[in-house]
Parts: sequence; structure tokens; C-alpha cells
Amino acid sequence: MEYVVEMLNITKEFPGIKANDNVTLQVKKGEVHALLGENGAGKSTLMSVLFGLYRPEEGKIKIKGEEVEISNPNVANDLGIGMVHQHFQLVENFTVTENIILGQEPKKSFGRIDIEKAAEKVKKISDQYGLKVDPHAKIEDITVGMQQRVEILKMLYRNAEILIFDEPTAVLTPQEIIELMGIMKDLIHEGKSVILITHKLKEIKAVADRCTVLRRGKHIGTIDVEGTTEEEMAEMMVGREVSFEVEKEPADPKDVVLKLENLCADNKRKLPAIKNLNLEVHAGEILCVAGIDGNGQKELIEVITGLEQTTSGKIIFNGKEIQGLSIRERTLLGIGHIPEDRHKHGLVLDFTIEQNLALQTYFMEPYSKNGIINPEAIREHSERLIKEFDVRSGKGSTTKARSMSGGNQQKAIIAREVERSPKLLIAAQPTRGLDVGAIEYIHERLVEERDKGRAVLLMSLEMEEVLNVSDRIAVIYEGEIVGIVDADKTNENEIGLMMSGSKKGMNN
Amino acid sequence: MGYITDRKNHRIVIPAIAIFLGFLVGSIIMLLTGENPIALFTSLGRGVLGINLGNIGTSRSFFNPRYPGEFVVFAMPIILTGLSVSFAFRTGLFNIGAEGQLLVGAFASVAVGILVDGPNFIILLLMILAGILAGGIWGFIPGYLKAKFNVHEVVVTIMLNYTALFLTNYFLVELPGSTNSKTVELESGLTFQSEFLSDLTNSSRLHWGFIVVILAALSFWFIINKTTFGFELKAVGHNPFAAKYAGMKVELNSALSMAIAGAYAGLAGTLIVMGTFGYGRVLSSFENYGFDGIAVALVGGTSALGSVLAGFLFGALKAAQPIMQSSGVPRDIAIIISSMIVLFVAMQNGIKIVLEKMKGAK
Amino acid sequence: MDVIYSMVTLTLIFSTPIIITAIGGMFSERSGIVNIALEGIMMVGGFAAATSLVFLEKSFSFAPWLALGVGIIAGALISLIHAYLSINLSSDQVISGTAINLLAGGLTVYLAQIIFGQQRTETFKSGFIKTTYDGLVDIPIIGRMFFENIYPTVYLALILVVISWFVLYKLPFGLRLRATGEHPHAVDSMGISVYKMRYIGVVLSGCFAGLGGAVMVLTFDTQYTISSIHGVGFIALAALIFGKWKPFGLLGASLFFGFSQILSVYSTSYPWLAQFPQEFFKALPYVLTIIALVVFSDKSVGPKAAGEPYDKGSR
Repeated sequence: MEYVVEMLNITKEFPGIKANDNVTLQVKKGEVHALLGENGAGKSTLMSVLFGLYRPEEGKIKIKGEEVEISNPNVANDLGIGMVHQHFQLVENFTVTENIILGQEPKKSFGRIDIEKAAEKVKKISDQYGLKVDPHAKIEDITVGMQQRVEILKMLYRNAEILIFDEPTAVLTPQEIIELMGIMKDLIHEGKSVILITHKLKEIKAVADRCTVLRRGKHIGTIDVEGTTEEEMAEMMVGREVSFEVEKEPADPKDVVLKLENLCADNKRKLPAIKNLNLEVHAGEILCVAGIDGNGQKELIEVITGLEQTTSGKIIFNGKEIQGLSIRERTLLGIGHIPEDRHKHGLVLDFTIEQNLALQTYFMEPYSKNGIINPEAIREHSERLIKEFDVRSGKGSTTKARSMSGGNQQKAIIAREVERSPKLLIAAQPTRGLDVGAIEYIHERLVEERDKGRAVLLMSLEMEEVLNVSDRIAVIYEGEIVGIVDADKTNENEIGLMMSGSKKGMNN
Repeated sequence: MGYITDRKNHRIVIPAIAIFLGFLVGSIIMLLTGENPIALFTSLGRGVLGINLGNIGTSRSFFNPRYPGEFVVFAMPIILTGLSVSFAFRTGLFNIGAEGQLLVGAFASVAVGILVDGPNFIILLLMILAGILAGGIWGFIPGYLKAKFNVHEVVVTIMLNYTALFLTNYFLVELPGSTNSKTVELESGLTFQSEFLSDLTNSSRLHWGFIVVILAALSFWFIINKTTFGFELKAVGHNPFAAKYAGMKVELNSALSMAIAGAYAGLAGTLIVMGTFGYGRVLSSFENYGFDGIAVALVGGTSALGSVLAGFLFGALKAAQPIMQSSGVPRDIAIIISSMIVLFVAMQNGIKIVLEKMKGAK
Repeated sequence: MDVIYSMVTLTLIFSTPIIITAIGGMFSERSGIVNIALEGIMMVGGFAAATSLVFLEKSFSFAPWLALGVGIIAGALISLIHAYLSINLSSDQVISGTAINLLAGGLTVYLAQIIFGQQRTETFKSGFIKTTYDGLVDIPIIGRMFFENIYPTVYLALILVVISWFVLYKLPFGLRLRATGEHPHAVDSMGISVYKMRYIGVVLSGCFAGLGGAVMVLTFDTQYTISSIHGVGFIALAALIFGKWKPFGLLGASLFFGFSQILSVYSTSYPWLAQFPQEFFKALPYVLTIIALVVFSDKSVGPKAAGEPYDKGSR
């Protein structure tokens, strides 16, 4: 048959969950085959099985018609399978070449690594596929797009025939995405086969031939991309009709709540991340800061909330300068923060729900007095919030946060921040990693807060969320705001152009 | 069996298994080197209960209250160093410096007792305070360095242990009246020693320090569970990022926590000087109370009650040592057993896996 | 001028066990496993070497070198405990290391009691002796620094530094080891076994620390006691951090700490040093270690993945 890869009836289990449940995937030689599904649908797991990182409980795998056992990545490599991971597997302080040859180092006298010979071969392959990679550069010094191309080189260096891409476009600029699509087409041309794991329907339409859809670990179906609409694919992915719209009234913005004046700040590596940024957020509106990951939006949230310091410029909150204040002082002035990483910043996983819900208020009356905690007040507060915000857990207030689902953890964080009636609510990627039901709930809550007269500063990387939830969109590029548009008067192309640097009103 | 495999009971079951395995391995080592493990257990029995089975049927008494008295004397400082290490663990810090904090606390107490004049009651309080403060400062230093400069607290505290050993030795000898090996004896009103308690236990060194220990354990429980400060410490210990996000001052809390941990260890030193001996001593090497504290904290699950109970366990091991030595068993087997127990607690992940397997197999 | 020569020689001598042990620590941490049990492993190595020398010196003239070998093996065996706990069971590496330090103290004295009937080993008669190498000693300047009244184990340490540099930076094994400590997932995805790399790293650290302890006992003393190592294992750890986990870096750091240990020897010769009490000099190396760690703290970024148990399933 013309199938180059067949994964038949694969079942892969982890303690408590069936990540893959009787899944079948068949890829033809020379095609781009997309693997579509929501977060947690089982796509990455399936490919990890193919790549030898996991062993399936049931099912068999055939490569070029022959049944094989893929026990580790070396075996996968020998069979010609290569994977570009979503989170790059690169050693930051090694060079490009050192990363590529790891495990297959060419040798010269006395057993030493022949780094010159390796670099030559890397350059050769790079030129052959137009990858434009410098073999001697250190990973920590090159762009994200180039790092991804190093991952691709890793596979080609080992003569991969079947290339798996795991969510490759999450970290790329629109320009780089187009380049990547071009590279994929080149690979097909040279006779390779590509499996593309993604949840982005537009990209599937742009580059894939066929698509297999997974939902909650099960195989839903395999379709021809050309003959299927995005709506049909979305429905297969989610299981019901999906509306991409968010119900809301037009905004009624009032006074300026937050004003950023000539703000400058550095990132963790002491390089400028925010350069002379100016922005205003009004009460009664949802303003979304949109941009490709890595353009300063993370640092922006950090300096507004106080997690990091500015190097110059002003942050003015309700007329008062706050850039010198501590985190707690800002919280008490009326800033709420739903953090990007709910496990790292948002919750103490080993605390109970009631302790987490009291995390911002434990030091105030009635929750404590003279330094002594009042357990009844904390319990009452927790019970009230659980009910009002429908936070589900095994044992109610005394459940450890660690055992809650992602959606309910996020609901708890939102409950905690919203209940204090903050004048400014900052929400950083609030729906990341959540299922559609939780996403809808969170969007509704954000609109509700906005309608109560709060200012909502949203930061998001998902285009749909940016366009549908916000009232105004401020695009950030290399630490500056390059354009501010009304959400209902713009479209994805315009936003995309701004995100890759062209200022509003200028031609690319 | 169900009790053992139920996950809720892991907190008790795992240390219990670790203790059992520790003794098992110790017994095997004894057998392999030609010693009789029974001697270990009879020594323990004698050290804790004062019961000498060998004397049954003879004219000599088989119950000697001196041993339980000495057992409590040994256990008290270990409970305190256990509280010290437990407290630091709660904040996510490893206090290996209890050994040095104990030494400076001991020195400070004895120095105040010898140098300061005044009514006994006041001096007594000052001596206790000095021990707490000195230990607190010695604990604050690594806490502060870690918070401010992110220096490895393990290496710093161990360096401070040795520094404390040499410096306190020097200054002890410089105190008026000291010989090369000890200070003068403290006046009888300035110690925890008690003729009453001593008579009760056939001339053991049992002293009133146990009141201090009880108060210390209560204070630990109160701070950790009832105060906002304890809430913050626990938050920082579990997740310093979330603590920072919530506006807590992470670095300050870390440094304070180490200071409090140091205070508990300093208090242990005070107890030894004011209770066990009644004078200060020049030491040629560490006496391992600090390291025992680590074992106590790990086995006791870093809680106040756990530290007390585990403190008694390791106190028993320490009390058994002289008995073993005099019956010809090398006393260091007790140290081996202590360390094996710590090792097995460290293996808790492995033990958990075995328990889960046993549970699933049913 | 004589004093300078002897100072250099003495510094080399005192630095030797630190250098050797720190190299071991480097291999372990570079693979991603924090090993604070270096002190305990040194004790085990020192004890094993001293004990075996007592028995071997009757029959062999090169017994001290054999004893070093025994020390290496003993260190490797003890380190397996740390390896198993840290790698297979994902235990807290600091607790595991501490437990081994405690165990070493108890085990060595216990065995001394069993074998020799006292809390220390019997004295041996033919440990390493200070030698002057004729001919080489006549080389101007460095001759008297490196070849007069010196132990041959110093050369061993220096050679090991060069060898470890070569292995770490020139051989495929070194590349893979360093990668394991920085990004174990990447290594795993290239088909290299993270477990295997880390086991090698830890066992190597056991070999080196065992050797370091053996050298220490066989050169500085004539028997092993509970105080033989007195914290040098931790100083080696500090030297590793101070030397940024690099072979020549830790060499420099070890020399610095070695130098701090010899000042007490010279305190009696110089009046302005003599006014300080002996305990001051004893404490000096430890205090200097703290100061060094603070001053160099900002730059001390170790292998990225060190201390984190490797979790295959996390992505």
C-alpha cells in the first residue's frame, strides 16, 4: 500500500487516564497529514508513541508496510522517523552543531569529536533546504524561528523520511509561519512525508492534504482537507456546533483607569523588552494586548502587577503613580491579576481551596486579627465563592488545589480576583489549556466584569480570543505598541500584519 | 492491611516502615560483623525503660529509674533541634546548621551566666534569651545570604558549623575561670538542674528543661498553624512564586524562618549547658545533636507532635549508646541505624510505589 | 624566598584532596545530580584506604597505591546508594546526600571498632611520604616549588584535572554528560539514556571522592579517625561552585582554599599573624568559603537541570 506510516488500534494509558483509546492513523507517502484535536485530545501522546518515547498498551505500528516495535527514539531514528517537538529539545548553551550531532558524534583521532566535519555537513543540509542556519551559533543567541529550523535540521541530519511537527506555529511570527509552510512543501517535494499536529484550522486548510481528528483520546474520523470546511472540522474536534462569537453588548468606556507613560523595562536576560510603551485602559472596556509570544507582553504584565521593576517611565493607576509600589500595595489599591501560569503563580497547589481563595486577603480582617488566623471566616468566604462561581472539587473547601481540574483551578483564581471588585482586572492567557466549556465561561465572566464598570486588560495569544472578546486591541511588537484598533472594525489580516511589525496604516 | 496501604495514612505508615527497615538493616550489619542484634534491643529497652532483664531473679533491682531519666535528658535537645529543622523545612529550607546554632546558643547562655550579675531569676531569663538570640542570629546569617545573594544554604550552614565550633571553643576558654576543657560551674540558681528530679530518678541528670521543650513545641504548633506569619511561611515553602504573586515578602520570610529555626537550635544548646551539665564545655568535634535533628524532622513529618515523638525515638538511640558500649557492642551502630532511617524516609517515593502496588494487587 | 617556595608546595599539598573530590562533584552535578555526600564518601574512602594499608603494607612495597585503589572502589560502592535513590526513586538529592554523610560517620567508626577494637584505625607505617626529586628540583624557580618535599599524589591531582577537561570537552561522552545536566529531555529524545549518564556521573563522583579521602588520610595522617576529613568534602563542593563547574576553574578555587588552610602553619613565624589565636586560623578556611560564595554568587549558575529528578512523562 502507499501508506508510509500506519498506527493501528493504538491504546496508551497513564495512571487514571486513557490518553489514546483505539486510535488508528494512516499516513500516505508524500503527503502532509494533519492531526487535529483540542488540548488533551491525545495528539502529542500518539506521536510520542510513534517516536519511541512511550510504549503502547495495545495496537501495532507498521512502517512502509512492515510491522515494527519502536522501543526508543534511536529505533525511531533508524526507521526514518523524526520529530520537531513543541517545546524545543535544545541545550541552550551548546552550539547548533553540538545539538544536532548529540548521540551521533563524528570522531577523529584519540576519540575526539570532529566538530569541523559535523559543521560542514550541517551547513550542507541547511543550504539544501534553504534553512539558513549558522552551525557555530549558540542556541541562546538565535531567534525562536531559527531554533525551530535547528530542530528540523536534527531530523534531516539523521536522514528522516517521516517528519512529525508538534504545534510548530505557536511561537512563530506570521512571516515565519509562511516560511515554514514553504519548507514543508519543499520537504514533500524531496519525497518526505509530514505529520502536522495542530489545533489551528487555518493552517490545516493552508498546507495539509488529509486530516485525522482526535477527541478525548478517541479517533473521530479522517477527512480530505480540501472538501471539508473549517466549521465541519471544528465540530468534529469539539463534538458540537461551535460558535466562534462571544455574546456581548457594545462597550461603554469611561475614565482612564490605567495609563502607561514611556514605559521601559528589561527582560530576565537584562535586555530591553519594553521600549517607551504608551497605553491607556478605560473603565468599562476590555483592552487586549495582542502579539507574538516574546514581544514584551509577559514583561508588561509583570511590571504592571509589580512582579518585576521598570527601568524608567510611569505607571499611573487612577491618577496615582504606582511603579514604585510593592505588589501588595498595588493589590490593595484595586488591581486583580489572573496570571498566565496558574500552577506557578496563581495557586499554591499543596494548599486547600479555602487557603488559596484567601491568598490575597488572609492578612486583613475578618480573615485574621492581630496576626492570628480566623478559620471560620476563611471557611465561610470559601464556601460562598465556591457556590457563586461553581468551582467543582472532590471535597469542597478542604480539597487540595492539586487535585482539581485545570478549568476549576482557573475558576477558583478568577473567583478570588473578581470577588475583591478590582478596578483593574488583568487576565493573562486566561483560557490557555482549557476545554471549550471552561473557555466560554471565562469569556462570559470577563464581559460581566467589564459591564460592571471595571477595566479589563487582557493578554492573549489566540487570535479568536483576541478578536471576539476584546473591545479594543493594542498590538505589541518588540516592546512597543504599534497599533490600536477597535475589535469590530478590524480583521485577522490587519492584526497579523501589525503583529509582525508593520505599523497601522503603513504598507508592508 | 488496608490501613497500611490506604494513601491517607502514608504520613504515619512511611516513617514507621522506615524505622522498621532501619533497625532491620542495622541488625543485619551487626550479624554480618559478628555482633548480636539482641544486645541492641536490650540496650534500647534498658536505656528507655530502665528495665534490665538480666537482673530478674537476682537480688539486684531490675528497674533503675536513672535510665529513663537519662533518656529524657538525651531526648530533650534532640526534640528541639528536630523542631528547628522542621520549622525550616516548612519554609522550603534545609537547616543543616542546627549543629552550629546549638553551639553558639550554648556559649551565649553560659557566658551570660558567668559574666552578668544580678538577681538569679532575671539572669536565668537572660541566659535563655541569650541562647535563643544567639542561635537565631546564627540561623539568620545563612537565611539572609540565601535570600539576598541566592547562596547555597547547605554549604554556608555547614561552614558556619565549623566556624562555630572553633570560635566558641576559643571564647569559652577565654571566659574567667575556664580551664582548657570547661568553664566554671554555673551557680546552682542559674541552672535547670534539680535535686528533686534527680532524687526521683536515682541520680539521673533529669532537669526542668522539659518545661522549655513543651513550651517550644507549643510555640511551633501555634506559629505554624494559627498565625498569618505561619500561613505565609507555608505558602513560601510550597510555592515561592505564588507567594510573591500574592504580595508576600518571600526573601524576608525565608530569612526570618531560618532565624527562628536557629533560635530553636540555640535553645537546645542552652538546655545542654543549663540542664545536662551545668557548665560550658570545649568540644573536639560535633556531638551530632544537629544531625539527629534532621532525622527527627524527616521522620516526624515536620510537625510539632511528630518532632516530639521522633525526638524520643532518636533520644532512645542516643541513650542506648553508652549501655551498648559497656556491654561490648560498638556504639556507632546507633548512628548507622539513625542514618539508615533517614535514608529510608528519603526513599519514600519508592516505598509509596510498593504500597500502591500492594493496594492495586487486591 | 624559601618561604614562598614552601608555601607553594604546601598549598599544592593541601589542595590536592580538594581538587580530586571537586572533580568528582563536577561529574555528578554536570550529569544533573546534586551530590552533597562528597564528605561522607571521602570518609569511606579514607577509612577503606587506611584499613587496607594496615594489612597490605606487610606484603607490598607499593601498598599505598593499592590502598588508593581500595579507596576508589569503596567510594564508588557507597555512591551507588545515592545514585539509586536519586535516579531510580527520584528522592530529594540533598536529603539522600545528608543521609549518606551520617551513615559514613557511623559506618566507618563502627567497622573500626569491629576490626581494630578502637574508634580509629590502627596506624600504618608506610603512607605517602614527602619526596624530593633530584634533577627536577634544580629547575629554576618551579623546581623548588613542585619537586621539593612534595607528595606524588599532587601530580596525580593535576593530571586528573587535565584528563577531566579533555573528557568533558573533547569526547562524545563529555558532550552527552553536559547535555544531560542541562536538558535531559533533549538527551532522551536523541536516544541516549539519561539514567545511564547519571549513574556514570554519580559513580564517577564516588570514585573521585573516595580517592580524595584516601589521599587525604594517607598523606596527612597515619590513621583514620572520625575527624580525618573535617569538612573538606564541603569545601570541595564550594570549590566546585566557585570554579563554575569547570575543571580549571575548580583547580583555581581549590588552590585558594588550600592556601587558606596553611596559614595556621605560618602564623608562628610572623608576629603580626601570631597575635591571632589558633582557632582563628582553624576557622579561616570555612569563613573564606562563605565569603567566596557570597562574592561569586551572582555568576554561579550551575547545570540547568541539576537537582531535578528526571520525569519522563512531563513535557
